[in-house]
Amino acid sequence: MSSSTTEKPHLGGAEVATGRGVTLLEGVRQALWDELESDPSVYLIGQDIGHFGGAFKVTAGLQEQFGDHRVKDTPISESGMIGAAIGASMLGLKVVVEMQFIDFIACGYNQLVNFAALCRYRWGQGVPIVVRGPCGAGVSGSAFHSQCPEAHFMPTPGLKIAFPATAEDAYGLLRTAIQDPDPVLFLEHKFLYRRVRGDLGGPIPFGQAAVRQRGTDLTIITYGATVHTALEAAAALEGHSVEVVDLRTLVPLDEDTVLDSVRRNNKVIVLHETQRNLGPGAELSARIAEKAFEYLDGPVVRVAAPDSPTPYSPTLEKAWLPGVEQVLHAARELLAY
Amino acid sequence: MKPLELYRWMVLNRMVEERLVNFYRQSKVVGGLYRSLGQEAISIGTASVLEPQDVVAPLIRNAGVFLMRGYRPRDLFMQYMAKAGSPTGGRDCNTHFGDVQKGVIAPISMLGAMIPVCAGIAWAGREQKKNLVAMTYIGDGGTSTGDFHEGMNLAAVWKLPLVVVGEANQYAYSTPTHSQMAITDLSDRAKAYGMAHATVDGNDVLVVQEAARKAVEYARSGKGPFFLTCETMRMRGHAEHDDARYVPAELFEQWKLKDPLERLKASLKGQEAVLAGIDDEVRELVEAEARIADESPMPDPDFAFGRVFA
Repeated sequence: MSSSTTEKPHLGGAEVATGRGVTLLEGVRQALWDELESDPSVYLIGQDIGHFGGAFKVTAGLQEQFGDHRVKDTPISESGMIGAAIGASMLGLKVVVEMQFIDFIACGYNQLVNFAALCRYRWGQGVPIVVRGPCGAGVSGSAFHSQCPEAHFMPTPGLKIAFPATAEDAYGLLRTAIQDPDPVLFLEHKFLYRRVRGDLGGPIPFGQAAVRQRGTDLTIITYGATVHTALEAAAALEGHSVEVVDLRTLVPLDEDTVLDSVRRNNKVIVLHETQRNLGPGAELSARIAEKAFEYLDGPVVRVAAPDSPTPYSPTLEKAWLPGVEQVLHAARELLAY
Repeated sequence: MKPLELYRWMVLNRMVEERLVNFYRQSKVVGGLYRSLGQEAISIGTASVLEPQDVVAPLIRNAGVFLMRGYRPRDLFMQYMAKAGSPTGGRDCNTHFGDVQKGVIAPISMLGAMIPVCAGIAWAGREQKKNLVAMTYIGDGGTSTGDFHEGMNLAAVWKLPLVVVGEANQYAYSTPTHSQMAITDLSDRAKAYGMAHATVDGNDVLVVQEAARKAVEYARSGKGPFFLTCETMRMRGHAEHDDARYVPAELFEQWKLKDPLERLKASLKGQEAVLAGIDDEVRELVEAEARIADESPMPDPDFAFGRVFA
C-alpha cells in the first residue's frame, strides 16, 4: 500500500502526509483485523468487502484470513444490512457494516435512526453495531460520493459518531467503536485514507478531544479532514498563536475541552467540511454562547461548505470546499476584531 | 398443541383485547388501540409451534404472540395504559415491547423493518449454532415497503432460518389490497425471491398451526426461509378510533361467518361444558389482571430521562 505523498491535497495537511507509519486506511484495516482476531463475536458485512476487499480495499485480506462467515458479502441493501446487524447484535454478535460510500446511508436511515438508536431508551435493549464507511469530498466524487453526513445524525438520541483525523485515531477509535455497547456511526474521510500516516497505539476512548496544537490567540475547533486544514492555516498565521482542537467524536462531544480552550483564548472559529446550515458548528456556537459568553472577545465564526451540494469538477469542488484560504481570511478578521 | 389448548389461547387473546376496548372507552388507553379481532388464529397458530430458543417479532395485531411467549395480560394492559409497571415503564406504546430472554423483539412502527432485523437474528442464531428459527409478521400493506424486499431477498440469498407470516387481512388502514398490489396471492411476492411459500386459510387455527409447523421445520432444517400467507380479514378499523366505514358491510358479514374462534368451537362438538369452563377461567384471569393494571401507578416523571446510552 503506497501513500500518495506526492499529491498536493487541496484540503491541506501536506505536512502530515509526508510522515511515516501506516496510512489512515491501514489503521482502519488493522483495527478490523485486531477485533476479528481478538473477539470471535465480531463480524463484518458489506457490499464487495469479501474477496474483492471493498471499493477502497479497506477489507483487503480479511476474508482470506478470517473466512467467509466472519467477513460476508451482502446484496445491495443498505437497510437490509443495517437491519441484519441490529438483529444479530441482539443475539450477541458485534457486526461492523460497511457502507461502500457513506452517502448511501440515506438508504438505511430508518434502521439506524429509528431502530438501532432508539432501542435502549424504548425497551432497554442495546444495539452494539458499527456502521462505517468513506465520507467526504476532495476526489471529484460529486454529489453522491462526497458527503459528510454527521449533521443528519447528531440530533439522533442513542447514536454515537466518531470522525478520526489521523491514522492513530482511525485505529484507536474504531476499536473502541466495535466494543461500544451502543450503535456507532464511524466516518472515514476518503481524502485522508492514503494521505495521512501515523503509528498505531491502542483503543482511544470516545468523548476526549485532542488539542493538536497549543495556542493562545485563537482557537479553531474542528474534526476529520479539516483538522489538517486548520493546522496548515495555523502554521501560515505568522505572529499569531493558534490552538487547534480535534473533537474526534461528535457524539459524545467533549464540551469541557472546547470550553476550556475558548475561555483561555477568547476567540473561536468552528471549522467543518459539511454544509454550514445547522452543521455541527451551529450546535458548538450555541453551546459556547450559552456557557462561555462572557469570555468571548468576538463572534463565534463558522467556516464550512456553502449550503449547496458538492460539485463534480475539481475547480468547482476546490472553490466549494472550506480550505486554508477561507480559514486564514476568517482568522485574520477575527484576530483583528 | 391440542385443540383445547389452542382454544384457551384464542379465548385469552380475544378477552384481553375486549377488556382493552373497555379501558379504551374509559379513556384509560392513552394512545391507539389495535385489535386483532378475526385474526387471532394466526398469532396463536404460528406462535404455538415455536421452540423456547426461537425468536419472534410480533407486530401490533399479534397480542396473542406476546401472551404465548410468557407475557401476562397485565403487561399488555399496562403497556396500553402507559403504566409504570409496563414492560417499557411507559416509554413506548401498545405492543412496542420485548425481551430477548423471552425470545421477543419489540417492533418499531415502520412496517417491514422487522424482516431484515429477524433475518439478522436468524443469521446470528445459525452462526452460534443455536438451532433457532426467527419468525415475524407482515400485513398485506407492509409487503409494499422497501425493507420487506431487502429483508426477504437477504434471507433467501443467505438461506436463513426465517419464517415470515403474511397476514393478508384485506385492508392496510383504508387501502384495499387491490390498490396495494397487482397480485391477488401474497405468496407471489415470495416467488420472486426464490423463497418457499404457502397460502392457507388464516381463520382456521388448526390449518395455520399445521402450516406453521411445516414452515418452521423447513427453516430449521437449513433449507432457507419460508413465507406463509394466512388469508384473513381485519374485523375492526385500523385502530379503535377508525370506524372502517370504507369497508363494504357485506364483506364484514361474509367474514363474520368465518370467525376463527367460532370455527374452532364448532369443531369441538360435544365438549361445550369444557369450553365454558375455559371461558370462565380465562374471564376471571383477565379481570384479575385488568384490576392489577388499572390500580397500578403511572410512571414517575423522572423516568422520561436517561438510559439513552449504556
